[in-house]
Amino acid sequence: MSHFSSALTRTAAALAVGAGLAWGTAAHAADTIKVGILHSLSGTMAISETTLKDVMLMLIEQQNEAGGVLGKQLEAVVVDPASDWPLFAEKARELISNDKVAVVFGCWTSVSRKSVLPVFEELNSLLFYPVQYEGEESSKNVFYTGAAPNQQAVPAVDYLMKEAEVERWVLAGTDYVYPRTTNKILEAYLKAKGVAEEDIMINYTPFGHSDWQTIVASIKEFASAGKKTAVVSTINGDANVPFYKELANQGIKAEDIPVVAFSVGEEELAGLDTAPLVGHLAAWNYFQSVESDENDAFVEAWKAYTKNPDRVSNDPMEAHVIGFKMWVQAVEKAGTTDTDAVADAMIGISVPNLSGGTATMMPNHHLTKPVLIGEVQDDGQFEIVWETPGTVVGDAWSDYLPGSKDLISDWRKPMSCGNFNVATGKCGGQGE
Amino acid sequence: MTSTGISRLFPAVLAVIILALASVAPVAAAEADLAPLVQEFSNRKYDPKVEAIEKLGASGDMRAVAILKALGNRDLYTMKSGDRVVLARETADGMAISDPVTGEDLGTVPEKALQKIRLNNRMRRTISAAIGTLTLMSPDAAIRGDAAESIFLSRDDDDLEVLDAALAKETDPDVKLLMEQARAAIVLENGSPDEDLIAAIAVVKSRGDRDALSVLTGLANGEGPVAEAAKEAVTGIENRLELWGAAQNVFYGLSLGSVLLLAAIGLAITFGVMGVINMAHGEMIMIGAYVTFMVQELIRTSAPWLFDYSLFIALPLAFLIAGLIGMAIEHGVIRFLYGRPLETLLATWGISLILQQAVRTIFGPTNREVGTPDWMSGFFKLGELTLTYNRVYILFFSFAVLALLMLVMRYTAFGLQMRAVTQNRPMAGSMGIRTGWVDKLTFGLGSGIAGIAGVALSQIDNVSPNLGQSYIIDSFMVVVFGGVGNLWGTLVGAMTLGVANKFLEPYAGAVLAKIFVLVFIILFIQKRPRGLFALKGRAVEQ
Repeated sequence: MSHFSSALTRTAAALAVGAGLAWGTAAHAADTIKVGILHSLSGTMAISETTLKDVMLMLIEQQNEAGGVLGKQLEAVVVDPASDWPLFAEKARELISNDKVAVVFGCWTSVSRKSVLPVFEELNSLLFYPVQYEGEESSKNVFYTGAAPNQQAVPAVDYLMKEAEVERWVLAGTDYVYPRTTNKILEAYLKAKGVAEEDIMINYTPFGHSDWQTIVASIKEFASAGKKTAVVSTINGDANVPFYKELANQGIKAEDIPVVAFSVGEEELAGLDTAPLVGHLAAWNYFQSVESDENDAFVEAWKAYTKNPDRVSNDPMEAHVIGFKMWVQAVEKAGTTDTDAVADAMIGISVPNLSGGTATMMPNHHLTKPVLIGEVQDDGQFEIVWETPGTVVGDAWSDYLPGSKDLISDWRKPMSCGNFNVATGKCGGQGE
Repeated sequence: MTSTGISRLFPAVLAVIILALASVAPVAAAEADLAPLVQEFSNRKYDPKVEAIEKLGASGDMRAVAILKALGNRDLYTMKSGDRVVLARETADGMAISDPVTGEDLGTVPEKALQKIRLNNRMRRTISAAIGTLTLMSPDAAIRGDAAESIFLSRDDDDLEVLDAALAKETDPDVKLLMEQARAAIVLENGSPDEDLIAAIAVVKSRGDRDALSVLTGLANGEGPVAEAAKEAVTGIENRLELWGAAQNVFYGLSLGSVLLLAAIGLAITFGVMGVINMAHGEMIMIGAYVTFMVQELIRTSAPWLFDYSLFIALPLAFLIAGLIGMAIEHGVIRFLYGRPLETLLATWGISLILQQAVRTIFGPTNREVGTPDWMSGFFKLGELTLTYNRVYILFFSFAVLALLMLVMRYTAFGLQMRAVTQNRPMAGSMGIRTGWVDKLTFGLGSGIAGIAGVALSQIDNVSPNLGQSYIIDSFMVVVFGGVGNLWGTLVGAMTLGVANKFLEPYAGAVLAKIFVLVFIILFIQKRPRGLFALKGRAVEQ
């Protein structure tokens, strides 16, 4: 029952923190800078997003101990959009209009980001979005601190093609916007690399799919054509567990058919029996097992903050760490929290990332990131087996899709355009 | 000593010398060979490590098997100071280290002084191929068989010599066949005269499985007699596999059906028999799964040897806990709402949200790890059918639960009262049955069975607060399709939907298959509003 009691203590602690925050609000109401946190604390996405809220609270606490920003203390405003996409927009509006927050850190799924995007543009406020996504977007009001497809999916496929000599590809995903767009890009990329149509199999499953027997059997069948086969998985969080279990149950090992996943990180592995996953791959820009002083310090602080020595860190958390540090620097540089001034100051800011390199905010509101490929180990951590020699610049508009290969994004003046068409020489208008 | 004495002694001396040479010299030589190879593992790059594994495999030294196995199990480490490769084992006061080649004890060091040797998939593949080469001469027939199998999969040209030597000595006909197939696969992979290739194709074809197919498909794309033979073999194997594939699909369908059945049986009671639209039914399943988690957690901390029996311990507990919660819900909410289906629906939906968030607050939003006992992991082959143990057990378990429930309904006093109350409440009441109490127990029974289903589903699905939601719609579908109030209908409904879904899936994809099944049910209900097995009589007409 140790779990039960520790959960109770945690709940109590959370309540206490909440009460402390409320009290803090009253005490400092006049001279604080408010930071909005828009992550689901209930519903389906709570599994991933709750951690990000905790990370933000820790970062804000650390910043306040170090003296705050512009001489003022930061104050976190936490709201719960409950995994309900329209509610994200309502809560965002509430944060900006009622709570007058200077900046919002939040969202996980692409659909929630799409839902809040018009609100941030209308009310001219800033959003830091920490999750790897499908690209094809660049808004003046959003900073994308997660990976674009060219910082995750494309290098992962490159790795499999070169290092593992894979010739046949299964693109398996959950049926929604991120996997569909990513797979479209990957399909175009693979074909450009000379992979034949019949060597690509694309499969979509509903959210939370749990009966993988037929699909795993068909992957097995697809793989028996005498060519090395790999699965590129954009399967969303929850459905992964039964998927990997079924692979193991049907006797498919990572050596035979490796699966490289873009949505499976340390946090997702924390609640699993990892034995069936050992050797399968994930592509991210950060792993907890990265060896660097920054990472050691962060992981230690995180474990101490959550009072849980088993707490893990993951890629979107690193994205928030980078995004928050950048925002603090930009505010100090601009000398104000005014949206336009901070947005201008953001571009070009460099902060150390947790893997021992530097992250720089590019004019297209995307970051430079190293790409790491890790193999799952039996302890739920990743062993890094490959990494890009330097960092990769995030590309908002994919070069492999016919509709977007002519588009570039540059938010510096005088261009200030999220989707400038280099073929026609015109700015195509914002946010499409 | 006479000359005859010397000549008599000479062969004996010679024999001793040869024996000594044969036993001592190679060991000393191999020891000198293995140690630097093992030391190669301290390299951070993968290429030298892979090369070292290959050399260990080619050494023919049986000690290399243990070393390679230790490497595969990640028991090999490098010392952070000096980079020496050691074998380490966890003990109470640190890591006990020893030399991987000689086995010499090197004392105990703290964990921080060691660095695990990195392993990637290429190394894992090479390790299993190398172990295959090494164990081809093993005295155990099963190990020789496995070795031949791993050579078949790796198809490495270098193994041909060892394989030929092993083939010449092999006496077990099954293992011999495996070795011949492995040999044929190497021949096919690495090119030879046409007649050899055609003979090899025939040997590989005799396997008739997917692995054979992956060897042959590459050859079938060319021109000439070899490609013809390969093409014919591929078609033959494909036809054979297609039949097995259909059988496999039936099994998948029945397996999905059994999951649907498990999820729906409880609902068949609460909705089918009592007529309560219970939206919190899925949460009862979830509670059952969390009971399994707690039981396993207790076992892990206090009685690890019981782990294999954890599910049997969880079953009655899950039944009791989910049943009691169900009865509490009936007592607190539902009994005030009988005959008001809309309000029941809303109230139970509210309860389901409350239960979900309560579990989220207590156990956290992340998935909880429920382990699979050994006897439920893995698969066995029946011809070309791959049957996974967990699915097979769940299939039989769902039948057992249904059978038990039918017995209770038919042959116990409680079952009789339950049927009496649902058929004619006032009459049953006037015969002295406490109808309120029977309602409560019936609802508890339905919830308890949902709890049992949760124990089984914890083996194949995520144990998270959302577990129940994914089953609630399917459960209603099964009960409505099968016929409200009829347990046979639930059985036939679940199996029909399962098999239909699995036969549609390969053609239409998982998403469309689900849609088709839903559309089919809507049309079916138009034609037969009471489902497959409609209850007849006055009780229904009320």
